[in-house]
Amino acid sequence: MSIQNWARFGLLILVVAILVSGPYWASRGTMRLLIEVFYFLALAQLWNLLAGYSGLISVGQQAFVGLGGYAMFSLAMFAGVPILFALPLAGVLTALIAWPTAFVAFRLSGPYFAIGTWVIAEVYRLVFAQIPALGGGSGISLPAGLVKAMASGRSARESLTYWIALAIMLVVVLGIWILMRSRVGLSLSALRDNEEAAVSVGVRTRSLKFVIYIATAGMTGLIGALIFVQKLRITPEAAFSVTDWSVLVIFIVVIGGIGTLEGPILGCILFFVLREYLADLGAWYMIILGTISVVIMLVEPRGLWGLILRWRNITLFPATRRI
Amino acid sequence: MEWVNAIVQGILLGGLYALFAAGLSLMFGIMRFVNLAHGDFIVAAAFGTLLFVDATGVNPLWALLPIVPIMMVAGYVGQRLVLNRLSGKDILPSILVTFGLSIILQNLMLEQFSADSQRVSAGTLDTSAISLGAGLTVGTVPFLLFVSAIVVIAVLNWIFAKTAIGRQLRATSDDPETVGLMGLDKRHLFGIAMALASAVVAVAGVLLAIKTNFDPAAGPIRLLFAFEAVIIGGLGSLWGTLLGGVILGVAQGLGAQIDPGMQILAGHIVFLVILVLRPQGLFPKKRGS
Amino acid sequence: MTHLLEARSLDAFYGDFQALFDVDFHLDQGESAALIGANGAGKTTFLKVLTGLLPVPGQALSLEGVDLSNLGTHQIAALGISMSPEGRRLFPSLSVRENLQIGASVKRSGPWTLDRVQELFPILAEKAGTPSTLLSGGQQQMVAIGRALMANPKLLLLDEVSLGLAPVIVRDIYETLPRIREQGTSVILVEQDIGQAVAVSDRLYCLQEGRISLEGKSSELGRDAISAAYFGRAKEAS
Repeated sequence: MSIQNWARFGLLILVVAILVSGPYWASRGTMRLLIEVFYFLALAQLWNLLAGYSGLISVGQQAFVGLGGYAMFSLAMFAGVPILFALPLAGVLTALIAWPTAFVAFRLSGPYFAIGTWVIAEVYRLVFAQIPALGGGSGISLPAGLVKAMASGRSARESLTYWIALAIMLVVVLGIWILMRSRVGLSLSALRDNEEAAVSVGVRTRSLKFVIYIATAGMTGLIGALIFVQKLRITPEAAFSVTDWSVLVIFIVVIGGIGTLEGPILGCILFFVLREYLADLGAWYMIILGTISVVIMLVEPRGLWGLILRWRNITLFPATRRI
Repeated sequence: MEWVNAIVQGILLGGLYALFAAGLSLMFGIMRFVNLAHGDFIVAAAFGTLLFVDATGVNPLWALLPIVPIMMVAGYVGQRLVLNRLSGKDILPSILVTFGLSIILQNLMLEQFSADSQRVSAGTLDTSAISLGAGLTVGTVPFLLFVSAIVVIAVLNWIFAKTAIGRQLRATSDDPETVGLMGLDKRHLFGIAMALASAVVAVAGVLLAIKTNFDPAAGPIRLLFAFEAVIIGGLGSLWGTLLGGVILGVAQGLGAQIDPGMQILAGHIVFLVILVLRPQGLFPKKRGS
Repeated sequence: MTHLLEARSLDAFYGDFQALFDVDFHLDQGESAALIGANGAGKTTFLKVLTGLLPVPGQALSLEGVDLSNLGTHQIAALGISMSPEGRRLFPSLSVRENLQIGASVKRSGPWTLDRVQELFPILAEKAGTPSTLLSGGQQQMVAIGRALMANPKLLLLDEVSLGLAPVIVRDIYETLPRIREQGTSVILVEQDIGQAVAVSDRLYCLQEGRISLEGKSSELGRDAISAAYFGRAKEAS
């Protein structure tokens, strides 16, 4: 391996080691923050896989966050599945529901696909608000007993949650990296650049899009399950919130840099820094985020990472694509 | 009788939805452009009506006089300065920019007007009613809305069919490159198309303000309704969009009859069913090849 | 002397791909020139350059001395260049009459009006209200030419008029060319049919892989010379 590759590998190992040891050096508040960073980063990478790499611009990923959350609560509360098993199972259930969902959504394309995914998410929200067993519009809480059964002692539970979040994030980031370096990744790039041309050289675009969409939905569901385990309570509003699970995620990816693996990482870091200082501004915070996103799309569609690339051609995760 | 009433109310509501949808349909038809901030612009026009009425105290319908031209100019300028840079093969920038605009607009309105629900009174029109015969009475406002939708769509169709600019817009929707060969500047024509769409949005917003409660976050659901009306009706035909709106309105009305919480869901479900069974919509306009 | 149209050392690129190399071309008022060459030689590219569809910023291209290289398509149309494009490119949403009417958008004065164009191609009067793309290939070609004429151009470009049409129809269409030229319009025609090209033009240019391989008076160029230039073979010693 070249020096660059060794350096890259070393950096990766270092970062992972620091993160894995988190529970030993981080305060409770920091761990909670890091958990949030992990799941936003994972959601951002997944949205980027859809929009930046596969050309599927979805404004409806909140459907799967919510489905994952509700699946998780249902499995734990009504099927007696221990939370640790319910998490991945919730992801699988979400992927299963994503299958017919994809069938409906793919009737549309382009901007109409985007709005269609939003409508579908709204349908799920309204449907879950009608289910009395799940608390209807007011939602339900996870019984304390089930949570306690995860691990003994609160700090053990928090460490466990932390490691699960970290594991999910690493699986998502590394998984997407490996995917994009593979033949599938090449097919996706072709699909994204010019679907007609991709079809004509034999890329099975329809099945590819389907599989990516469903796999992403499943992972998003898993993340949703984790998010609501942590929150201990789920309501349709929170579960299927377009602001929390789409708007912010999209801003993270757009500002950081769509179409690269580094972009969402940069975007996530920036997002949390901005939130630290600007969240008190209420509506102005969103206006600022929105304005930055719009300006970025008009001036440098490859985002802040794109600006960095202009200056210095660095790659942390080789296999990036250019817009 | 309740059910008949629900259906009639639904038909009239469909007129409002058709107005929401007409602007969207126009933009997509001519420029292949979907504005995710569409609903928010309608709500902005509604707030504009509120400001106008607060300042002048006259009947809100007069708000059409300032708001329509203002939004037409804003639309033209916005298209030429910003949105024209986004037209091209890649749809990603236009989706993301308008998505960002949507959030900015919603939050600007939130800052300015607070999250309170608003409504503008049309004076005596609010409670007056019109008899349609056969023992059927409908509110004047809903009836006015429906008639407005028909008038707006008829005017738009007349513009497209009978005027030079309409001809040029139709040609632009066919082939923007060849339109240049005719000596026409497509950047200007896109601006005109956006101005027309903005006029419709303005009318929709003023009427929304009178018809129902609205707040800064009311935009996105209007975008969804507009989109559903367009898809149900089929792309390419404004009368189809009217019918799409009516079907959506009736679905919602019937849903509300079953259970008030089911109103919007019923509309979504009808939309999804049509999308699955007949994705091209009920009355798509076929183009010559 | 100022030619009506002049291009000197013209290069044209599609992105990184160079399509035209060092092209010299001129046309005088009232002349007609044919541009021939194999598929992909660059003929349509050249017409796209003339109409501004393919920008060539800063290069030597002028109409009556006016620099065209930095102008947009609609501006060049206003100056008096109009085209019947390859494949006709009629507007499907418009009727025959409306296609002709939109051709006049550039509002230049001149002999060509809706009535005159319909006189030239009577079938267009008959089918005035029909959606343009429902006509036969030959009729659509007439609409395309009529539409270009409605702009009262100084220079009319005809791109592959014969494409997909039966020879007898092509002949009928070209038989109207003298009446068009009578009005003072200069013409550049791109043609696959070499016989037709030689017959209706004063001068002939041949493009081969983006370069001019032959230029001369149509009446003086022999078949052998044309074939050699067309296919890029060295001239055979006779």
